Amino acid sequence: MGEENKVTLHGMWLSPYVKRVELALKVKGIPFEYIEEDLSNKSPLLLKYNPIHKKVPVLVHNEEPVNESLVILEYIDETWKNGPRLLPEDPYERSKVRFWAAYIQQVMECMLKIFTAEDQEKACEEFYEKLDVLEDGMKKMFPWGSPKIEVGNIGLLDILILVAFGACKAQEEVFGVKFLDPQKAPLIHSWVNTLLELAVLKETVPPRDKVVSFLRAFKERSASAQAQ
Amino acid sequence: MISEDKNHHLKRKNKSSTQLIEMAEVKLLGVGGSSYSRRVEWALKIKGVKYEFTEEDLQSKSPLLLESNPVHKKIPVLIHNCKAICESMVILEYIDETFEGPSILPQDPYERAIARFWAKFLDGKCLEAVGKALWSKFGEEEEKSKQEAYEVLKIVDNELKDKKFIGGDNIGFVDVAANYIPFWLEIVEEATGVVLVTSEKFPHLCAWRDEYLNCSEVKENLPDRDTMLGFFKAKVLAATVAK
Repeated sequence: MGEENKVTLHGMWLSPYVKRVELALKVKGIPFEYIEEDLSNKSPLLLKYNPIHKKVPVLVHNEEPVNESLVILEYIDETWKNGPRLLPEDPYERSKVRFWAAYIQQVMECMLKIFTAEDQEKACEEFYEKLDVLEDGMKKMFPWGSPKIEVGNIGLLDILILVAFGACKAQEEVFGVKFLDPQKAPLIHSWVNTLLELAVLKETVPPRDKVVSFLRAFKERSASAQAQ
Repeated sequence: MISEDKNHHLKRKNKSSTQLIEMAEVKLLGVGGSSYSRRVEWALKIKGVKYEFTEEDLQSKSPLLLESNPVHKKIPVLIHNCKAICESMVILEYIDETFEGPSILPQDPYERAIARFWAKFLDGKCLEAVGKALWSKFGEEEEKSKQEAYEVLKIVDNELKDKKFIGGDNIGFVDVAANYIPFWLEIVEEATGVVLVTSEKFPHLCAWRDEYLNCSEVKENLPDRDTMLGFFKAKVLAATVAK
């Protein structure tokens, strides 16, 4: 069975969407080959596998491509049923996870606006509003205080939360915005820090100085694009 | 072909009284004119699930709606055994996983991934491009947005080349996700005067649209066309005045 299961991930080292897939594969213990794509010069394979969006991540399983990070995560969960399930068994609990997965997407889009927007103040306001709602939603989801995090039990929301907020210190350094304040979002803050301590997750986090220099360059490019 | 005898499904379900009670506990908070709301209704019809529909007044949302969807305060909301499920595409997956009856999503994980990909494309990039183009007379760059809409519609048209429905022989997850295109799009075209879909440009899309509107789950469950046209004409008027 091992030989039949050739898994390749086309990605970009800093893409949070690629990280999601990387984490899911690691958590499930699925061996895979990683191909770093140069997004300014996309490979013919990438364009063949994702002709509509031409984006990463693309998961290729036995030469069949799967696109869109959340679609890939559900595919992984449904295909490799051994080990921890990324989504709960119960349909209602699954619907809650999917609902919040979609909401986290909105939060991440707000963060991107902060990185690129001219009106950073307005973008921050929007972000903090959404973060409040997310914190509140997670409090309701885990009324006993925080999600139960175990190495053998990492799920979809753990992955999404880690990817959304895992780089916030580097982001704070470059953009001067405190994305995750332990006073304002105590549950999410503690959740992210607990996740960052787990070896299997920690090893996928890129080195901070590499992230910082990439973000600085990105910031400069955005600023000069706006100045034009 | 989805069973023409809807009653057959109901009879099967009536065998168990627990299932009867379960079905009676299905409520849908929606708006008849909303494509998102109708997605959920058609999914319930595919499964043969009986439900109680409440038409929400979006200018004066019910306490139940606000309580059931505190995050977005939007319809549709499915309430099953007192539990609220929000977001139409999330609801569709819930319906497929919870109730017996014909499958809305395929069984095979890879085919499910393909279906979810298409649903996301249609609900996202496609709908956005189409909506922007339809209302482009009141926005910017009318020609550019029309070109973008043609591009996404061509992708859908190509996908339908050898298929009756995007889901294959029967309407499924992706077709339900794409429901704006076969019904609402054409009404908005009439209201705004922006025509995107012609059978010359998109022959397979048009064939699909005709099949779609003829499905039993859909045909008897559409909002009144004249009412919808009136609604969109009023929107056009408001946008004209604003401009």
